[in-house]
Amino acid sequence: MKIAVLSGKGGTGKTLVSVNLAAVADKGGYFDCDVEEPNGHLFLKPSLIGEEEVTSLKPVVDMDRCDGCKVCVTACVYKALAYIPGELMIFDEICHACGLCTYLCPQQALKETKRVIGTIRRGERGSLSVHTGKMRIGESTGVPIIKKLLKKLDDDLSIIDSPPGSGCLVLETIEHADYCLLVAEPTMFGAQNLALVHELTRVMNKPAGVLLNKVEDGLNPSELYAKEHDLKILASLPYDSYAALESSNAELLVERSEKYRTFFLELLKEVVDEATLAAQR
Amino acid sequence: MIIAIPAEEKSLDSVISVNFGRSPYFCIYDTEKQQSTFIDNEAAGRPGGAGVEAAQNLVNQKIDTLVAFRLGDHAAKVLSGAKIKVLKAVNLSIADNIAKVLSHSLEELNEVHPGGINKG
Repeated sequence: MKIAVLSGKGGTGKTLVSVNLAAVADKGGYFDCDVEEPNGHLFLKPSLIGEEEVTSLKPVVDMDRCDGCKVCVTACVYKALAYIPGELMIFDEICHACGLCTYLCPQQALKETKRVIGTIRRGERGSLSVHTGKMRIGESTGVPIIKKLLKKLDDDLSIIDSPPGSGCLVLETIEHADYCLLVAEPTMFGAQNLALVHELTRVMNKPAGVLLNKVEDGLNPSELYAKEHDLKILASLPYDSYAALESSNAELLVERSEKYRTFFLELLKEVVDEATLAAQR
Repeated sequence: MIIAIPAEEKSLDSVISVNFGRSPYFCIYDTEKQQSTFIDNEAAGRPGGAGVEAAQNLVNQKIDTLVAFRLGDHAAKVLSGAKIKVLKAVNLSIADNIAKVLSHSLEELNEVHPGGINKG
């Protein structure tokens, strides 16, 4: 059972929910796909088992062979190449490593070389395995890191901590998920981002439910959105400065408070039940 | 000398486009023939790499000078590599900017902003 925890924006509580769910599950895997700033390991404090590099390919040109035909420049989908007399310019930050330029070059002037774009760390916390992807600063995309990170997904219970937003990284993250838990804030902006990420789950045909976080008295636009769009509300977490303080000290709520331990145990059961039901449909 | 200017519309009375890579059109002005032509900017709709593609297309047009408000670093690298001079536009029509190039009253555009901000 693979549960992805996501939200349309940052700071809603994805990691808070993910690490506490993984901690009460106490087995299976926790996958931190927020490769631009992974922080789940700060809470779970796993012992490190291994580290590996993630590489991507980039084209390099041999100007002795290049005759300036510009086949590569025209073909490049991302426009990562430009040719000026005497020089083929390659913009690594724009390149998506598709390999088309190298494949098409009539002079075989291009070849692909490996370069490191990030790392993956694998660790353990008791029976829970902890997987963390980390992108190198300045890279344009963490997609290859997430792909490699999630190769270790198996049929055990897995909690997948998604990057914020609803772009390529999130799409890659939920590709293999059985169920998406959307964490939403009680603001207009929160509801708008909830709508975006909810739409993504529908496009990708993933069953989803919402956890309303930081709930206070008064209007909750995210709650209204969920009710209007037939999106099941699995649970609500009231705003709690105690929880905020514990989390800012990288403490696991489920280890510090019986109330939260009970809440996350129930949430885990609810999410697994929902995912199982969805799988049978 | 051949001058390129990003244009909002296909007219010498048009205002200059504030964008380079995603400008809808380019005015190409040949100072010897005193002729202007307007070309579509094929890069205008690109989510990424627009500056590089637009710069490449202007290199292919064999321009000598570009007049623009702002420029990304990728486009700037392509243009400077091709020895194309970039002048800072004034907030007037295309025709006025051409006149100012001819009277040497435009400064060089030195500052560039980081390119490739739209990555998905």
